[in-house]
Amino acid sequence: MGFEKFGRKSFTGITKTAKFVDLLTEGKIEGTVCKQCGAKFFPPRADCASCFSKDMDWFEVPKKGKLETFTIAYYAPFGFEKDCPYTMGVVDFSGLKLFARLAKDLKPEDVKVGMDVTVNPLQYEDGQMSFEIAKA
Amino acid sequence: MAKDVAVIGVGQSSFVRGYEGSIRELAFEAFREAMQDAGITQKDVGASVFCSAPEYDKQRSPAGVLAEYLGLIPQPTFYIETVCSSSSSGVKVGYSMIKAGLHDIVVVLGFQKMSEITSAESQERMGRGADIQWEAPFGTMMPAYYALYAQAYMAKNGLTHEDLMNVRIKSGTYGQINERAVYRKGVKAADFDASNPDARMAGAVAWPLRVGDACANADGSSCVILANAEKAKAFSKKPVWILGIGAASEAVNMAARPDFAKGLSVGYGAANEAYKMAGITSKDVKVAEVHDCFTIAEIMAYEGLGFAPMGEGKQLIREKATYKEGKIPVNVDGGLLSKGHPIGATGGSQIRTIVLQLRGEAGPMQVPGDPDIGLVHNVGGVGLYGNVTIFGR
Repeated sequence: MGFEKFGRKSFTGITKTAKFVDLLTEGKIEGTVCKQCGAKFFPPRADCASCFSKDMDWFEVPKKGKLETFTIAYYAPFGFEKDCPYTMGVVDFSGLKLFARLAKDLKPEDVKVGMDVTVNPLQYEDGQMSFEIAKA
Repeated sequence: MAKDVAVIGVGQSSFVRGYEGSIRELAFEAFREAMQDAGITQKDVGASVFCSAPEYDKQRSPAGVLAEYLGLIPQPTFYIETVCSSSSSGVKVGYSMIKAGLHDIVVVLGFQKMSEITSAESQERMGRGADIQWEAPFGTMMPAYYALYAQAYMAKNGLTHEDLMNVRIKSGTYGQINERAVYRKGVKAADFDASNPDARMAGAVAWPLRVGDACANADGSSCVILANAEKAKAFSKKPVWILGIGAASEAVNMAARPDFAKGLSVGYGAANEAYKMAGITSKDVKVAEVHDCFTIAEIMAYEGLGFAPMGEGKQLIREKATYKEGKIPVNVDGGLLSKGHPIGATGGSQIRTIVLQLRGEAGPMQVPGDPDIGLVHNVGGVGLYGNVTIFGR
């Protein structure tokens, strides 16, 4: 349990990586790192695809990255209509990448491919926990 | 190139909004046409494969239900799913069974009845064809995913909204003359002009993609009948041989995608494998069907298939090289953009178009010059799965 608190609306209740949500409530955005071989994963994984280990630790994602791409959704799937429009994008932290929404205070006309960005934890008014891309 | 497995029959329902019947009746439309085309009866069929994306209708395990309605029991039947590429995956499975000697003739039937749910519900289901644990909670949907590719690609390669519009205009040119297409109207630049109050295609859906950049949901079915060489020669005057099959997969999560400006990796991977197996290059292809679920996807496919160098796909649309009279005609049946995209039926419909082209039976859509080699590029999800299949006479 616990993972139903992730994101605007979660479609997954149970996962071995549910600690991710607890870390968000502590203000941390963390991926997993394999204790055996050091492979790093974001989004977090419970199992290492490189060496098959299930012995994982958590690590904090970098603070500085570049916006690789983005889109502004003017139409939303069922259950997300009230949030429109919202912007989603991919951040590249020199290899490690992250997908999320962009902060609401970032105006669409100010968002550019390649801009410097960071990523922050986010709590919605209904208690859901997430993270968002913000201007660096 | 080996000529071991042939297409001996093709069929397709009209692609429509709000099909007046259930999925079994929809499936029968394509089946009837393909069986009559092949000139065979159910007792000639060794097995059937049914293909769709689940959750658009209530039927679970549709293969048994449809096999019964089509008269294909007691032969073996089962279900194959790779979202939007389900029926080309089904053809790969059918090919494999014949090549392995398990069956002489296999029916591959793709279907989708999308109109039983609303567009927003459909977007939610399609979005759940991507990563539901880590991405769907942000409110993702197919147009937004393809828009991520469009944004990065346009920024790097100088592709413009006008280029994307011109892909849609091309598709409209052929949608008008394809009587099975859901969208039969031509498309003009004025349709994309935001200052024009009547513009049908100008509204932003997921920027930079607009209404006109997206294909239409539709109800439809397709059927491809495959046979081994002996049966193909016995039943068919014009067998169309499968010369090459390639398939690939990619990480579901956008965070694991290598480079958005380079397009979908499955396009390259599947194409390379298919060309190698067929022993040809992109230059040998005379007519192609590519997965244009969005306008940007057609441009990326030009490059994945080697019709244009990386980043130069825009030149083909600017030079009208992918029109019927051009050097490499692409989607001259209207593509997914105009023909419509009933998910599970799409790959089989693309194959039907290429088979008719190679037989010289494509009517007003026929590519001149008696094409002898055709290609089908069918992508599932956001480049999650990719199938490229090469056909020849």
